[in-house]
Amino acid sequence: MADFKINIVADLESLKDKVSAARAAEKIRISLCMGNGCLAAGAGEVYDALKESLEKHGVATKSDLFDEGVKDNINYTHTGCQGMCQHGPLLQIDPENNSDKGITYMKVTVDDVDEIVEKTIMNGEVIERLLHKDANGVSYKNYKDIPFYQLQTFVTMKDCGRINPHDIREYIGIGGYLGLANALKSTPADVIKTMTDSGLKGRGGGGFPTGVKWNFCAKETAPKKYVVCNGDEGDPGAFMDDAIMDGSPQSILEGMRIAGFAIGADEGWIYVRAEYPHAVKSLGKAIEEAREYGLLGDNILGSGMKFDIHIKEGAGAFVCGEETALLASIEGKRGMPRPKPPFPAHSGLFGKPTIINNVETFANVPKIMLLGADVFKQNGVEGSYGTKTFSITGDIVNSGLIEVPMGTKMSDIVYKIGGGVLNNAKLKAVQVGGPSGGCVPADKADVSMDYDSVKAVGAIVGSGGLVVMSETACMVDVAKYFMTFTQSESCGKCTMCREGTKRMLEILTKICDGRGEDGDIETLEELAKAVSDGSLCALGKTAPNPVLSTLRYFRSEYEAHIYDKKCPAGKCTAFKKYHIIPDKCKGCSACARKCPVGAISGELKKPFVIDSEKCIKCGVCAATCKFGAIEF
Amino acid sequence: MSCACALDDPKGIEAYVSSLVEKHGRERHSLIPILQAVQSRFNYLPKELLLEVSKQTDIPLSNIYGVATFYAFFSLDPKGKNMIKVCNGTACHVRNNKPIIEAALKVCNIPEGAITSEDRLFSVEKVNCLGACGLAPAVVVNGKVYGHVTPDKITALINELRDKEEA
Amino acid sequence: MSGTIIINNQPVAFDKEKSLLEVITNAGIDLHTLCYNKQLAPFGACRMCIVENEKGMLMTACTTAPADGMNIKTHTPRVNRIRKMALELVLGNHPSECQTCDKSGHCRLQDAANAYGVDKIRFKKPEKDPKVDNLGPSLIRDNNKCVLCGNCVRVCEEIQGVKAINFAGRGSNSKIACAFDVPLSESTCINCGQCLAVCPTGAITPLDQTWKVKEAIADENKLVVFQFAPSVRAALTEEYGIENAPKAMAKATTALKMMGVDYVFDTNWSADLTIWEEATEFLGRVAKGERLPLFTSCCPAWIKYCEEFYPEFLNNLSTCKSPQGMLSAYVKKYLADDLNLDLGDKKIFMVSVMPCTAKKYEASRKQLVTKDGEPETDVVLTSQEIIKLFREYGFNLADLAETPMDNPLSQHTGGGVIFGVSGGVAEAVVRYAFNDGAVVEACRGTQELKEIDLDYKGIPVKVAIVNGMDNAGKLLDAIKSGEKEYTIIEVMCCRGGCIGGGGQPVPNEMAQRELRKDTIYDADYLAALKNPADNPDVKAIYERHLGEPNSHAAHEILHTSYEPRDKVTGQWSKD
Repeated sequence: MADFKINIVADLESLKDKVSAARAAEKIRISLCMGNGCLAAGAGEVYDALKESLEKHGVATKSDLFDEGVKDNINYTHTGCQGMCQHGPLLQIDPENNSDKGITYMKVTVDDVDEIVEKTIMNGEVIERLLHKDANGVSYKNYKDIPFYQLQTFVTMKDCGRINPHDIREYIGIGGYLGLANALKSTPADVIKTMTDSGLKGRGGGGFPTGVKWNFCAKETAPKKYVVCNGDEGDPGAFMDDAIMDGSPQSILEGMRIAGFAIGADEGWIYVRAEYPHAVKSLGKAIEEAREYGLLGDNILGSGMKFDIHIKEGAGAFVCGEETALLASIEGKRGMPRPKPPFPAHSGLFGKPTIINNVETFANVPKIMLLGADVFKQNGVEGSYGTKTFSITGDIVNSGLIEVPMGTKMSDIVYKIGGGVLNNAKLKAVQVGGPSGGCVPADKADVSMDYDSVKAVGAIVGSGGLVVMSETACMVDVAKYFMTFTQSESCGKCTMCREGTKRMLEILTKICDGRGEDGDIETLEELAKAVSDGSLCALGKTAPNPVLSTLRYFRSEYEAHIYDKKCPAGKCTAFKKYHIIPDKCKGCSACARKCPVGAISGELKKPFVIDSEKCIKCGVCAATCKFGAIEF
Repeated sequence: MSCACALDDPKGIEAYVSSLVEKHGRERHSLIPILQAVQSRFNYLPKELLLEVSKQTDIPLSNIYGVATFYAFFSLDPKGKNMIKVCNGTACHVRNNKPIIEAALKVCNIPEGAITSEDRLFSVEKVNCLGACGLAPAVVVNGKVYGHVTPDKITALINELRDKEEA
Repeated sequence: MSGTIIINNQPVAFDKEKSLLEVITNAGIDLHTLCYNKQLAPFGACRMCIVENEKGMLMTACTTAPADGMNIKTHTPRVNRIRKMALELVLGNHPSECQTCDKSGHCRLQDAANAYGVDKIRFKKPEKDPKVDNLGPSLIRDNNKCVLCGNCVRVCEEIQGVKAINFAGRGSNSKIACAFDVPLSESTCINCGQCLAVCPTGAITPLDQTWKVKEAIADENKLVVFQFAPSVRAALTEEYGIENAPKAMAKATTALKMMGVDYVFDTNWSADLTIWEEATEFLGRVAKGERLPLFTSCCPAWIKYCEEFYPEFLNNLSTCKSPQGMLSAYVKKYLADDLNLDLGDKKIFMVSVMPCTAKKYEASRKQLVTKDGEPETDVVLTSQEIIKLFREYGFNLADLAETPMDNPLSQHTGGGVIFGVSGGVAEAVVRYAFNDGAVVEACRGTQELKEIDLDYKGIPVKVAIVNGMDNAGKLLDAIKSGEKEYTIIEVMCCRGGCIGGGGQPVPNEMAQRELRKDTIYDADYLAALKNPADNPDVKAIYERHLGEPNSHAAHEILHTSYEPRDKVTGQWSKD
């Protein structure tokens, strides 16, 4: 229950001070990461086990943030994503609200909890084996020393791994809602000016100047307007918005409310993809709390302003990340995009003027209103101010979520933050921007991660998904993978996308299956141009990008598939020919027994033979052979 | 889990849909939350339920069908009791999820081209990126996310589930 | 908004056009679009109307509002490439059956492919889906030929307010379907065929029953009797360039006789008969002040719509059959007697030629059967089908001689002719009730709603004339809420009236409907008699058989009944 409704700004500041004091008084704060990645690694079980262990050892923990009666003032809580998802579950143990002096444990299991309680919590000792170790064997006690974190600049993800997302007081404690208070002290026009001056551009992929968009909508004279948050982060490999929605939901609510004030809307909707049930829960809880505290509803912060927010879950359609398809989905219809004009700022949800912004965009807004446009512009480069979250995945040592100033070099992200390519393999390409993006080859990997520079090399920043690929990646297969995705997600409304991506996929499949013909590349290029020019929405218009960029930089791979009947990366199974090396084969028959189609035959203790006509290239034999006798 | 027993009880269906309409409203924009509730309760969208939703909301049946067949989360056919969703996000694809899918389909005895086993115990589906990319390849089994999955791991998991069913 | 746009380097003035595409079309340039229809909201699916501006920006002309100062080109190499590829992709999914397709010669896809010279299709065509929806009484839906323009869905929703069909599936698995992919006949489809009217390809066509007619003509044991509706004649004048409707009918009669049809009667005659019955019924209700307002009942799509969505008004419907229904019923019961025919083993095979696909459905209604349980109307042919038959027989209608239609069921008045247009039935009722054959201007025009206040012997009579099914629905809602009140309402489901029926030749847009309307009123002008009350051949049958209007004998064959349907599935409960 709310301690008191925050009716005026003074209440807000007073609560902030109270929370800060309570946190500063905590002798130890134990924060377990319960973000999506860590949960998948077992953080749920670790949470319960650690709780039990603390109780078992008689270590009392606070029952509530303001609980002062607990001996030693120890707080056991959880946070949203702490970023290094590859190494989860992550556990932070901070003394006296000072995370600089804290200890970060990684890959914590239920078997470690007793030791953690006895050694670290009760005696302040460090458990070496749970610390992060880099490739050279150097261990890091505090997360801030780890290069992965050192080179990042946290703005939207600042609070994500540092506060309990299900307690609004913690958000207020770090300055939450003071941005809104600033906004309400000024006028809608001033807010829009600040947003425009900041140069913030849409972080969902569109890259449209946020202030300009708000201004279009603010100019509409209409009694009813809407603010919509696009939480339909559908790019495969991107999960930044999930982390923000789950780990820092109040920042989104605050951003939406500021937007509502700026454009004159009293209602907001957050559209969350159905694949993020935790984010839906977090947001739902955040909204409830905000209502209890009077930060949603009538008379917010004494401004006389009304604003309420609803959540709408998606139902599994990537195209609903496109703004007009998203609106159609909220309206209960098939997610089929509408032609623009009219733009949503003029005629959007239920036909009313609407602004739609991405989660990360909204998460930036409170900070801009709190610290000002100039502070925001201290990060980034011209035309791309601020920071950007990225997810780095694929063949990378440190997979996870990061936030860096725009303009950071991609190679710095891959090598310095990401720790380089897995297994010390050679970097081949980095895919940027998901299915709408392109593959940046290794020799262009020093590209500056800003909107214009990335576009110039044939990719897009998009929502910020970076997939690192080593030499084992077949670029034709990568193009095929993304085209398969786009084809299955195409809404089917316009001819170019519906039929064009289908035929492009047919050609790519043909090529990967070893049936590529002369003329296929040319037809692919022709289709790509037509689909890119002629599609109705951004999904279709950008669908050919992976094909176009891989053709630009890796055309020789396509040609090898078609003319040499070879897959240079060794990935496409059609070109694999499994065979047994007679010298290495011991004739144990293990492979023959595992072969699902009986393609391997021979006499015991003599070299076996694979019948390539029958072989379906599943690779089980090679995986079974203990003697390395099977090659392809 | 699904409770199919109510499908031949028109009064029961009427009351159930009534409760949904009461909670979510009868406007057009109430449709998807209503369908999500039905999908969640029955594990698919039974025709009887959709007819009743159309009746009570006056949303044309053709529109309801159009929405139900558009979104991947809705199914008009009953799904298996145990849902195995293999993530097909980029990271999981790059970290080779193909053998995992093949192993899962095999051990669940799912016929070619189908997603549900004939005994209706298992459904295996490829799904869009779950956002657990740090733990690729990832699989969701009955709502729980598993990371760093291998064909052997998924086979063991499924066999465990089958043993539980038979017990 | 008005101004000037530079189109292909030429200045073009615009005034009231709502889209850039309209301006381009009015300037005389045909972009061969597939999904654009003037009366529907722009969709932007086919991509054929993409144009390029001076900055190299592409836009779809159908969704762009015209603005003064625009500078666009309609046929740059880049735009042409897009169109050609779009067509090649569509054709890659389309059966190569132009020679036998009913739409050949009138197909927008065929026109476009021809215009842009799409001579190669590099993509493998899929296997044809053998499942075609030809299970209903009126229409064939063949999804193999569908280009997913969405026109049918939009007209069913926006203009007709029925929403029986919608997009289903997603991406390249998309198709147009009824819920659960049932045939149209198992849905709320009212068979109006407006979807057919806006379909750019042969995906929706009238159910072709010409073979049944040819079979019947060849059958010695069948006496083939035809009736011909007024709106069909308007279509024939258009198709063959014939001067007026009566001439077209006379030439058509020659054609039918050459084909071997035994008798050719005039639906205008039975339209007059309908007025005798319906006006009498109406004035009876007015005198008693009960079961008002009265709704006309000659439109079978409207009847099904009422049974499905507004069953509370079924008691207000006139119980009169439609002119088609009345003539067929009369022929089956009394014709042999009237003509002193000894039929022996021969059976009467009743064929009606209508502008309307719903009339095929009407003929199949369980209430419209003879005492022996046989359908009163055996086959309904649409205008499209009769033209198809004439083509097969090699008739160039304009060059045929003229033959009068047969007695005793062909004499008609202008009041019967005007049934084909919106306002015609109301005007005919007024002529009968006031015993005055004068033109009633207030009833005329294709606008969606007309309201007229009359005084009938001191009793105020408020007339409403509505066309377009969704407009009728809105009117019914207004009546239910008490916002509006009428005494008699004429309902025609197709915009403009029956002249715009689903069975009419394409193009079947408002422009064509306006011209057909003029042809009908022209025929009224040419008619010798104007007031249905003056039709001697109608008077004669009352003297011979029926006694007087609304008599028991009249009710037996000229009136019908209705039954409420499930509003979700469109089915009768005991079906």
